[in-house]
Amino acid sequence: MSLTPQESEYLEKKIGRKPNSLELQIVAAEWSEHCSYKSSKKHLRILPKEGKRVISGPGYDSGVLDVGDGYVVTVHIESHNHPSAVEPYGGAATGVGGVIRDILSAGTRPIALLDGLRFGDIEKDHHAQWLFKNAVRGIADYGNCLGIPTIGGEIEFDKCFTNYALVDVASIGFGKKENLIRNKAEKGDYVVLIGGSTGRDGVGGSQFASDKLEAENRSAVQIPDPFIEKLVIEVILEARNQKCIKAMKDLGGGGLSCAISETADALGVGIELDLSLVHTREQNMSPSEIMISESQERMLVITDLKKLDTLKKICDKFRVPYSVIGRINSDTLMEVKLDKNTVAKLPSQIVANAPLLDRPSSKPKYLSDIEQVKKPKVPQDLSQTLLRMLSNPNIASKQWVYTQYDHEVGIRTVVKPGNDGAVLRLDNGKFLAAKIDGNSKHCYINPRDGVMGCFDEACRNVVCTGAKPIGMVDHLQFGNPEDPEIFWTFKESVQAITDYARYFEIPCVGGKVSLYNETDDGPIKPTPLIGVLGLIDEKPLVPKKIENGDLLVILGTTKDELGGSEYYEYVHEIVGGKCPAVDMESSKKTQDAVLELVQQDIVKVAHDCSKGGLAVAVSKLCIMNKTGCVISLEKIPSEKLHHDELLFSESHSRFLLVIKSQDEKQTLSILKQRGITHACIGIFSDKDIIFKEKTNAVARVRVDKAQEKWLNSLGALVTHG
Amino acid sequence: MKVAIIVFPGSNCDRDMHHVLTDVFHLESQLVWHTDELPKNVDAIVLPGGFSYGDRLRAGVIAAHSPVIKDVKKMAEKGMPVLGVCNGFQILVESGLLPGALLKNTSLNFMCKWTEIIVKNNKTPFTNKFKLNQRIPIAIANGEGRYYADAKTLALLKKNNQIVFTYAEKVNGASLDIAGISNKAGNVVGMMPHPERSAEQIINPNDSKPASLIFESLLSTLGVTA
Repeated sequence: MSLTPQESEYLEKKIGRKPNSLELQIVAAEWSEHCSYKSSKKHLRILPKEGKRVISGPGYDSGVLDVGDGYVVTVHIESHNHPSAVEPYGGAATGVGGVIRDILSAGTRPIALLDGLRFGDIEKDHHAQWLFKNAVRGIADYGNCLGIPTIGGEIEFDKCFTNYALVDVASIGFGKKENLIRNKAEKGDYVVLIGGSTGRDGVGGSQFASDKLEAENRSAVQIPDPFIEKLVIEVILEARNQKCIKAMKDLGGGGLSCAISETADALGVGIELDLSLVHTREQNMSPSEIMISESQERMLVITDLKKLDTLKKICDKFRVPYSVIGRINSDTLMEVKLDKNTVAKLPSQIVANAPLLDRPSSKPKYLSDIEQVKKPKVPQDLSQTLLRMLSNPNIASKQWVYTQYDHEVGIRTVVKPGNDGAVLRLDNGKFLAAKIDGNSKHCYINPRDGVMGCFDEACRNVVCTGAKPIGMVDHLQFGNPEDPEIFWTFKESVQAITDYARYFEIPCVGGKVSLYNETDDGPIKPTPLIGVLGLIDEKPLVPKKIENGDLLVILGTTKDELGGSEYYEYVHEIVGGKCPAVDMESSKKTQDAVLELVQQDIVKVAHDCSKGGLAVAVSKLCIMNKTGCVISLEKIPSEKLHHDELLFSESHSRFLLVIKSQDEKQTLSILKQRGITHACIGIFSDKDIIFKEKTNAVARVRVDKAQEKWLNSLGALVTHG
Repeated sequence: MKVAIIVFPGSNCDRDMHHVLTDVFHLESQLVWHTDELPKNVDAIVLPGGFSYGDRLRAGVIAAHSPVIKDVKKMAEKGMPVLGVCNGFQILVESGLLPGALLKNTSLNFMCKWTEIIVKNNKTPFTNKFKLNQRIPIAIANGEGRYYADAKTLALLKKNNQIVFTYAEKVNGASLDIAGISNKAGNVVGMMPHPERSAEQIINPNDSKPASLIFESLLSTLGVTA
């Protein structure tokens, strides 16, 4: 929890003296990996950040996208992995709280949450069950209380997360462009700390998160209070409406140290603050505790003399504590006082900008032969295999989770959780689609193809609602970056995301890096997560009821790409094989074709084909509509594959479309015209899901039986555990 | 004609209710902060959903002691239509305007889903446009939504026709599957499901017509012709 010798030397050289111990703690907090991105920053520069909808401004903690008619959407993603691994309820809850304040910082109201959760083997590992149950409860209790709907997400279980947890939360905000905070400050302006009191919880949290999880450092975990957060949201938005906010920043990792140094640095001003004025939860807190406490539900607001009284009145109305802790100076120093005495004085530019590192990287040795594995024997009874796949916790319905989240509050949720992407209505008559996707199993086998697949999957999910992708956020989660092999996987992922984003012209509007995700058994698998936002001008595709006689059309080619698939890993316990790879050109063409078909109103349902492959995707459609379907395997455009491969390959860029039989001709002619690989492969009818080769049934399950497995398997693991 | 929507610290369905009353049903409505006095020209009162005071102590119990509740009680006694939704229902119960209690769901979890309720009393200001036993597809979202009353109270509720809505399926273990009740006079109604989330077609996956009748009933009670 301190600086490296090189960093100490750099700091002393820059400030021309030895720092005192408080100064050292302030700098150590800000120069932690978590706050400074010192390992990753150089590499993140390649991500394309520009686009016609992107609005950038100084000090924005979230990405801002123009959605027309004077409105903006904001988006941000964060994780709370270390805290959640120790205390899942509080860790996950404060993860929600933190990302919401980033949205608030821009001056926009948070309107949605999505979360990505990862734990160990949930079927066998009781500790994983405990982490999972409590993380879900933490997110539910926090988000529900705030009245911000949790509209989607994804969950993955893998042994590499044993005794650990990845809790990622993305939040979306909405507001008027004219209300965006300008982030400007002048000499004499007031610095006001608004919200929860500063306590001894979360002291040194960002350094805790920048190291291997070795001890259960509970004091580094923050304590959640959603009620205060709700009041803070209302205070800030009312203050925004009354033009009381010149600049604003949320207090997150690194607490006051980060907020003050980064604000001063972004605004090019100095800040002088007096720690004796900070409202604290307990007496006799030391200056360093106050400076690096990560107590939650706090916002830093800069206002001027004219508006200070109005701001105070708004806080009083909501009974939200605040303290006027400092003033803006014309220099660029952060000067920390305790009453009259200066206890720390540092150039904010130095504090806010850690010296960046050039970490060595080398291709992991395990990658050289991981794609070569012996193919498993085709199971005798593929019907049983399909039922097993449907009860696989990674595939089974996440209903047990999302029914605990209020996903309706705010009355914007048009396409609800449990579908591909979620869709929100916006005040200008347009619709916003959102999805996050990750896949540690694919990314372990091939970091480049894996993350590109996650990006493609998130885009496909958004496209299934009729939305055109307009922006993305990434969350890059890896093990210890000091290990060159791990660092190589990080760099490889950033390059792949960049390549995809450039090709599809989707700007990266925000992101986060989380390193040092290590367990007793070693690093986690590379787990980059991609969130994609899409915009719909007119009307979204809300899945329509499938009826007897409706047809099933598949787009894209099914390939010999079973590496990292749920089928290999869950059924055969094989880690390895060829990872599905994205062909960007054909993927883009296919996505555009789906959008055209949706716009022409000939698609009843568009469904992404991913985890679990074609068999699982078709089964889900049948289960949700309580109908059977007969699928002719010989019609599926594919490489030469065995039946199990055809059913469970997770090849990308595939969609399933449900159309009325009378629309077959038109649909197929549009697809043909656009040069999309496609085939009409099935017809919905009766109550059996049948995969047949010519006249032979290869797999056959009753839809009610499939439904029982798919709907209840995950909940059953934790309801009585 | 004006509807007051009372906002407590932690209310979070207040703006949703405001949107539905104002933009969908064109009824003038005003958000009233819990420490303010009730405006003079109010014709109906709505207590919206949310987590007033973060559900501390017990859902609704602190808000029931808010200054504005005195005014709400006065108006309720005079016969003004009062609707409490979700946390608003919990507040009405805690303030004594409605009998019984709302306990944790039998699942012990928060539960957000779509279900159906059945109209059991179509004489209240919020149900007069329904047929008796009409079904309403509606959204529910609560953790403490299980209505409970002792046998004597339940008998009285039945006798006085105070059971307004029941669930069509077993949802949370509520006594007599109660989803909503009224006071004896019938002008104060509390319900756990969210009519404001169910009255617009675009966000209702089933059928928004029945839920919109709750608001149309209010319009007709207030003498507004749609």
